[in-house]
Amino acid sequence: MAELEYNPKELMVVNAARLLRDYDVVFVGVGIPNLACNLARRTHAQNLQMIYEAGVIGAQPSRLPLSIGDPSLVTGSTSVCSMYDVFTLYLQRGNVDVGFLGGAQIDQFGNINATVIGDYQNPKVRLPGSGGSMEIAAWANRCYIITPHQKRRFPARVDFQTSIGFLEGGDARKRTGVRGGGPEAVVTNLGVMRPDENGELILTAMHPGVTFEQAAENTGWPLKLAAGCAITEPPTAEELRILREDLDPQRIYI
Amino acid sequence: MNSKLTSLSDAIHQYVHDGDLVYASGFTHLIPFAAGHEIIRQGLRDLVLARATPDLLYDQMVAAGCARKVIFSYMGNPGVGSLRRIREALEAGELEWEEYSHFSMISRLQAGASGLPFMPMKQTGATDLESQNPNFRRVADPYTGEEVVVVPPLIPDVAIVHVQRADVNGNAQVWGILGEQRLAAFAARKVILTVEEIVDEAVIRSDPNRTLIPGLVVDAVCHVPYCAHPSYTQGYHDRDNDFYLAWDEISKTEESVQAYLEEWVYGLPDRAAYWEKLGPEVHKRLQAGQRLSEPVNYGDY
Repeated sequence: MAELEYNPKELMVVNAARLLRDYDVVFVGVGIPNLACNLARRTHAQNLQMIYEAGVIGAQPSRLPLSIGDPSLVTGSTSVCSMYDVFTLYLQRGNVDVGFLGGAQIDQFGNINATVIGDYQNPKVRLPGSGGSMEIAAWANRCYIITPHQKRRFPARVDFQTSIGFLEGGDARKRTGVRGGGPEAVVTNLGVMRPDENGELILTAMHPGVTFEQAAENTGWPLKLAAGCAITEPPTAEELRILREDLDPQRIYI
Repeated sequence: MNSKLTSLSDAIHQYVHDGDLVYASGFTHLIPFAAGHEIIRQGLRDLVLARATPDLLYDQMVAAGCARKVIFSYMGNPGVGSLRRIREALEAGELEWEEYSHFSMISRLQAGASGLPFMPMKQTGATDLESQNPNFRRVADPYTGEEVVVVPPLIPDVAIVHVQRADVNGNAQVWGILGEQRLAAFAARKVILTVEEIVDEAVIRSDPNRTLIPGLVVDAVCHVPYCAHPSYTQGYHDRDNDFYLAWDEISKTEESVQAYLEEWVYGLPDRAAYWEKLGPEVHKRLQAGQRLSEPVNYGDY
């Protein structure tokens, strides 16, 4: 079979989607996570329960929602509740398995900055801010982060901790008492990083054709290579077809 | 009971004043653009504009010079990028801001709507925003001694809430994404309701569980079909995603934003004229189609 062509964004979406398990209850974020969850539901995780922060439970959108408050999320969902209810009854209470997050900066210990580059009071670049991510990162059982692998996106320390990973590492997260387990994987266009026992993100998988040196050069801390670092399976024709034809035919994200 | 029906223009004139804290509610859904445009036309100034997601509406109101300050928890154009006018104003130090996470923002409304002095939330381990916004405090849980985060009530001077249908007294029924509609209405001192369809009280009484906002907290009822465009009203018209994408271009320069406001806000008398100007192709593209719910039996007692 001829090798399939795919772009880095498709590679990220496909690998992020594969992290989801059937029957997971997932709190879906805007953009690429939205694509990944909708891809997973159409492939290996058909019983995925998608919760949107707007207060939609069990969504089965017939089209890719551009926003996370699209009307197609509501039609055919199992429940709609207020935002206060979704953040309390579902997230704070502990009824969410997976949080999907992105951010402008992710640091060595999986802390996320989605707020500001530079000083908070005198911002160099003002980003959108937390939205739901501050609470999702703390209270979902496990979190996945998706972001392109660039040095400026992976500084050793984030400029602003919008939402936490493992703070400064070790048992720092545990000591805060937050209920969730923190980031389990960071999916990039070069591979997958996972936290080691100290909470530091290390390279645990590379996409086909990627070298460790490439990943290390694009990371803002001395990146470690996990023993037994794997090579990810390339996207399948079916995954690419669903992404391109069903989910994002206008190519807004991919 | 007396009818609260009034024109949107009269309601804005009567209930929104320079310097007010305004909460135009609706999380992606039911954002009352027509009311924001009327505020721009009436030239209101120094407003404090609060919304979880300022959305294009507050980007436009900030660009029109209505605002002194924004209160928000996600300042983005959902799925598209940033709100360029607000962002530039913040980066230039020309606009005050107060920032929350969605949950802490909504918790403030919950406190305001419930008549409580504060709302507790479990802490998140993320302390940077807490340390920048003095409205976040930590107190000891009196039962366990553990620290919880608390936020004070948010009590808007006026909330503007768009709903699918209501009677002339303001008993309002909403379906689809509910966001913070109900909390904003209960928290605010004055409530302007914009309504897709005015219905007989008997219609409301036929399905009381769907009434999220009772007339007793509503001050003005305005019949404004298509009030929410380019946001949407579930079952009435679709979200205009094309416009949300187009705004990313329009909002790139001050000049093109002002040209937009000239053509689509100052240059038009009201929402009916705006909807007509959008034209039949847009109307067709935004049709909602039909998926009816199964009726329920309330019983005849």
